[in-house]
Amino acid sequence: MSNAMKKEKKREPRFHIVKRESLVWYKAMSIRVIAILLALVVCGIITTITTGINPLNVYESMVAGAFGSTRKTWITFQNTSILLLISLALTPAFKMKFWNIGGEGQVLIGGLASAVCMIYLEGKVPNAVMILCMIIASIGAGMIWGLIPALFKAKWNTNETLSTLMMNYIATQLVAFFVILEEVPKGSGKIGIINQNSNSGWLPQLFGSKYLLAIVVAVIITLFMAIYLRYSKHGYEINVVGESENTARYVGIKVEKVIIRTMMLSGAICGLAGLLLVGGINHTITTTIAGGEGFTAVLVSWMSKFNPFTMIISSLLIVFMERGAGEISTNFGLNHSYSDILTGIILFFIIGCEFFISYQLQYCKKTEKSGKEEA
Amino acid sequence: METKTAAVSMRNVTKTFGSVVANDKISLDIYKGEILALLGENGSGKTTLLNMLSGIYFPDEGQIFINGKEEVIRSPKDALQLGIGMVHQHFKLIDVLSATENIILGLEGKLNIKEASKKIEEICDKYGFEVNPKQKIYDMSVSQKQTVEIVKVLYRGADILILDEPTAVLTPQESEKLFAVLRKMRDDGKAIVIITHKMHEVESLSDRVAVLRGGKYIGDMATRDTNVTEMTNMMVGHTVTLNIDRPDPVDPKPRIEVKGLSVRDEEGFLKLNDVSFTANSGEILGIAGISGCGQKELLEAIAGLQVTESGTIAYVQDDGNREMLIGKDPLKIAELGVSLSFVPEDRLGMGLVGNMDLTDNMMLRSFRDGRSPFANRKSPKELAERVVEDLEVVTPGITTPVRRLSGGNVQKVLVGREIASAPTVLLTAYAVRGLDINSSYTIYELLNEQKKKGVAVIFVGEDLDVMVELCDRILVLCGGEVSGIVDARKTDKNEVGMLMTRVGGGEKHE
Repeated sequence: MSNAMKKEKKREPRFHIVKRESLVWYKAMSIRVIAILLALVVCGIITTITTGINPLNVYESMVAGAFGSTRKTWITFQNTSILLLISLALTPAFKMKFWNIGGEGQVLIGGLASAVCMIYLEGKVPNAVMILCMIIASIGAGMIWGLIPALFKAKWNTNETLSTLMMNYIATQLVAFFVILEEVPKGSGKIGIINQNSNSGWLPQLFGSKYLLAIVVAVIITLFMAIYLRYSKHGYEINVVGESENTARYVGIKVEKVIIRTMMLSGAICGLAGLLLVGGINHTITTTIAGGEGFTAVLVSWMSKFNPFTMIISSLLIVFMERGAGEISTNFGLNHSYSDILTGIILFFIIGCEFFISYQLQYCKKTEKSGKEEA
Repeated sequence: METKTAAVSMRNVTKTFGSVVANDKISLDIYKGEILALLGENGSGKTTLLNMLSGIYFPDEGQIFINGKEEVIRSPKDALQLGIGMVHQHFKLIDVLSATENIILGLEGKLNIKEASKKIEEICDKYGFEVNPKQKIYDMSVSQKQTVEIVKVLYRGADILILDEPTAVLTPQESEKLFAVLRKMRDDGKAIVIITHKMHEVESLSDRVAVLRGGKYIGDMATRDTNVTEMTNMMVGHTVTLNIDRPDPVDPKPRIEVKGLSVRDEEGFLKLNDVSFTANSGEILGIAGISGCGQKELLEAIAGLQVTESGTIAYVQDDGNREMLIGKDPLKIAELGVSLSFVPEDRLGMGLVGNMDLTDNMMLRSFRDGRSPFANRKSPKELAERVVEDLEVVTPGITTPVRRLSGGNVQKVLVGREIASAPTVLLTAYAVRGLDINSSYTIYELLNEQKKKGVAVIFVGEDLDVMVELCDRILVLCGGEVSGIVDARKTDKNEVGMLMTRVGGGEKHE
């Protein structure tokens, strides 16, 4: 009997997974910090093994890549603002359980709209009018790019993941077409800096800094979005529609209207990001001007659990890693893929640690218990 | 009875979820050749206990002996190997597969449909199940699906059978059929555990009852030595009266007039056919019928959530003026000044939002108030506090998501919100489904209070014993048609039961 019992004991699981009720914020925070530290250690080990470079030097140049000089620091914050803006734009759609993965296209089309204004209105209207036209055009274009998949979803319940994704390709092709149409000089396959001499259509600098505009806009939109989602009636409707369309209908919320309205808002803010990229930062347009941020923003939004303020930190973290990893590959002569590997490891840990925040492992107390009883 | 042997012995089994102790040192024996009814209020830990037996949860502490030997049950697969089979409240079947395919799904070894069908037929013959092994699940009625679930666990060699509220979805006749099968299985030496809230079923079916309260084991006794009152008192922990009050209607006047209402579903099936009736103020109108006979469509049509084909629904004002409700959505109905409240069947999927807290759920009806773009959370918060206090909702606080509350408390929150707007019409669908006896009586009292205030209450129910005690009149639906409207004071359960299956069209609409 006791022999048989011992055999049974071996089958007992060593731990099992239990969902946590909720975790105090500082404990959750410390889990995240530990995850990042662990990620850095793993990155270091891998770096040493594969390249033989001292990991401390690697970390040092990562920081230097993002914050090494005043200019680098400003660019880091500027890039963070753009990523943050796009993340904020996608958030209301995600809260509504509308899978808007078309941020990339909505940004591009917004950028294209401003570039069109800059090129065709050059010399025809005063600068202020041109900028006004750019604002209206880019926000409007983003809105339309959001509206189209929303209409299809609301009227015929088409899958928005596909339609928003396909809208990205349409936007890319339109930009490619426009670039060929307006390339300067002919045959170069790109549009150089637009209005380089007149600077018309270039968005104004705030307080003499060319980096500040995007940052200020991002701050304003963050506050707006936080209030909109948390306190407004629209925000509440978005929440109800996202949780249960049946409940929404039951209380008389017009689900179609909410989908269309929210996607127009989502597209509009993406269009605004496009305006900043073209009119404020790059003063040119290419098919890669959004740089995949439309997809990275999906990650930022989800990682932050749709909290606009957490998104500030998440997007800063991502931009820091992107820029730091880029610096490593230049400094140590490593392939650029190497920075992607490091970014991947860090993201793996950050996303993986969410498991330990929502669940806990319980080790079995049973063995000692029944052991006592046997004795 | 002296020679009964324990199929399962649980000793000091404890399970905690976070800070909540769901099962506290429970010791329970389940005997072969016996039907055990496990009783307890919502949240008393019945399902948790049985889930540990069937391998869904793993106990924190304690031992489980199967046929006298200590076993470790880590997964449902382990449980099945030990001969433990559980039939869940929500069926776990694949619609597009046939009964046989569903039954052998997931089994190891060679796939031999022919042999499996033969074995299934043997099982069916032995216990008197009626299953067509080739029939697809989507073609089956609820009770047929349940039969497949039971055959599935028997096929896998279960001799300890656990059924979680098996009759919640069955008509009285179907329940009787199930009971006959269960008795046969008991006589065959199988151990059977059943969870149910319907006390008359406990009395007629079980040999022994075991009672849990607040996660603790209270006691067990032979069913023939006890009665409903004693069992209820043990479950609740104090004495309760089991009479449903039925005050006389106060000044009944027509309030809702439905004439010739027909509704088709998306596939074009007629769900309601030429339904006409009047619901009076100050009266509870019961609607009885086999599930899926058009009750849902009828209520949703009145509430403005269902597209109708023909007919009219009129709301009669106190001064005799009629407002047409047909073709209007809930918002337009509210704008007419008609205060219509609706407690839908799907509480967390329609009436409430599970992930939102109590305050935000109270806001569902009122968030549009005022012209400001911002939603007012102050009065919903006060309402939430009032509902929690008045209806004795057990919750950690008003910022708890409602899905964390137990079934009875969820329903109290929903009913509390719906009656807070001082309705003149109150529609309720299966208001006490899944609720324990204590919560059910609270809901009956609330409905009676509304009735006394002159509200026209429409009560779609399934427990006929309750309906003939609570309602003033009972409308019986059969296959989408009205098969009778009876005076509840002069009728009995059998008459209503007969009406439920009377109209010839009943079968094909199932």
